[in-house]
Amino acid sequence: MIAIIDYGAGNLHSVANAIANLGYKSIITGKQNEILDAQVVILPGVGAAADAMASLHNAGIVDVIRRIVQENRPFLCICIGLQVLLSVSEEGGEQKCLGVIPGRVIKLPEGIKVPHIGWNQVKQLKPHPVFAGIPDNTNFYFVHSYYAVPDNNIAVIGTTDYGVSFCSVLTQGKIVAAQFHPEKSGTWGLKFYDNFLKMAGEHRGFS
Amino acid sequence: MLTRRIIPCLDVKAGRVVKGIKFRDHRDAGDPVEMAAFYNREGADELVFYDITASSDNRAIMRDVVERTARQIFIPLTVGGGLRTVEDMQNMLQAGADKVSINTAAVLNPKLITDGAKRFGSQCIVLGMDTQRIPGSNPLWWEVFTHTGADGGRGTGLDAVEWAIKAVELGAGEIVVNSIDADGTQAGYDLELLRAISERVNVPVVASGGAGTPNDFFKALIDGKADAVLAASIFHYRTYSIRDVKEFLADKGIPVRLETIKR
Repeated sequence: MIAIIDYGAGNLHSVANAIANLGYKSIITGKQNEILDAQVVILPGVGAAADAMASLHNAGIVDVIRRIVQENRPFLCICIGLQVLLSVSEEGGEQKCLGVIPGRVIKLPEGIKVPHIGWNQVKQLKPHPVFAGIPDNTNFYFVHSYYAVPDNNIAVIGTTDYGVSFCSVLTQGKIVAAQFHPEKSGTWGLKFYDNFLKMAGEHRGFS
Repeated sequence: MLTRRIIPCLDVKAGRVVKGIKFRDHRDAGDPVEMAAFYNREGADELVFYDITASSDNRAIMRDVVERTARQIFIPLTVGGGLRTVEDMQNMLQAGADKVSINTAAVLNPKLITDGAKRFGSQCIVLGMDTQRIPGSNPLWWEVFTHTGADGGRGTGLDAVEWAIKAVELGAGEIVVNSIDADGTQAGYDLELLRAISERVNVPVVASGGAGTPNDFFKALIDGKADAVLAASIFHYRTYSIRDVKEFLADKGIPVRLETIKR
């Protein structure tokens, strides 16, 4: 079973729709036991890091996420879901985040339009199963004003250029995190989900 | 490099897509979900639904259209028309919209922009401006119109450029600039209007109203300095396909998304 973490953020249903379209079953849940029972967990999200962290704390999900990470379970993080993995976000001051991946989240540079909205290319820095069958420099859909700067580049497997070359896909153990929205990135976005779920050992089950 | 977005706009009235000229004389143009699927296959970068009747009965119809679309189309979806409150916005976002577009309600209650942005993030709140050029004005200016779902709409006395700047300060994350003069005429976008706004705001500006040829899109992006282009008639009546427009732009060196849409 795939659990999509419900912590009051938007676009949960987009993620569920995309996964359902691929033929997998998922639940949207904020319940700790249901999240921990799932084989695969997805942390979606839009909006601001501070709101997301506050919601995760309020929903009692921070410890659940720490356990998922500790046990190295398949964990997919999208957009703000990626950003909260870092240590600190500069959005709205200095927001302490989960610190799963050491590093900071900072604002896109001056001189370009922010938010970065639209389809932009992901350069694949290294081969990874999540990129299987997806051509290098494929366009994905982005909507964000801040971006992650991990302390260690080893986690970065995809980058995108917008005023700066930033980390758009990172991975650590069985965590895969994308700054773009695969659920809004058409055919290749669905392929990205499918790749991740196959990696995670999920099987399509039509019900 | 960020590609320029080509966005078909579907005006929906009582559950059907319609298209008018200068916001009047609407003709039936098809089923919204089928058309959304068609445009997705054609390579649309995003879709916009405008509920142009926006009575409370039709709100339920619109929600259903959005839900059905979101289950099968995996590109960004913006919904506008008749949204008055944060709850109205939430209703459409829960149905599967990624962004909401507001015009009349934002003019009547600018705080709605801020409230929406606080709740859902700026990236979610689109100011859709309906504007009309003031003939013979010097310096030239454009007036913002509201209630444009009804034939004609109402002038507000607001200057479009000033209102765009204000809306961004209040939290709007994107501005769709629609020219009532150009709407449905297929005679080209209002480039002066686009440039006037693009040069003054730091959020993406989407050109709307008047596309007739692929070159009109090119001019909106280059001369109008728009970040994205929205069109209806040219696509609905199959004058040009989205792919035609994208190939034209790519030939001229504009970055566009041309990946084939197959699975």
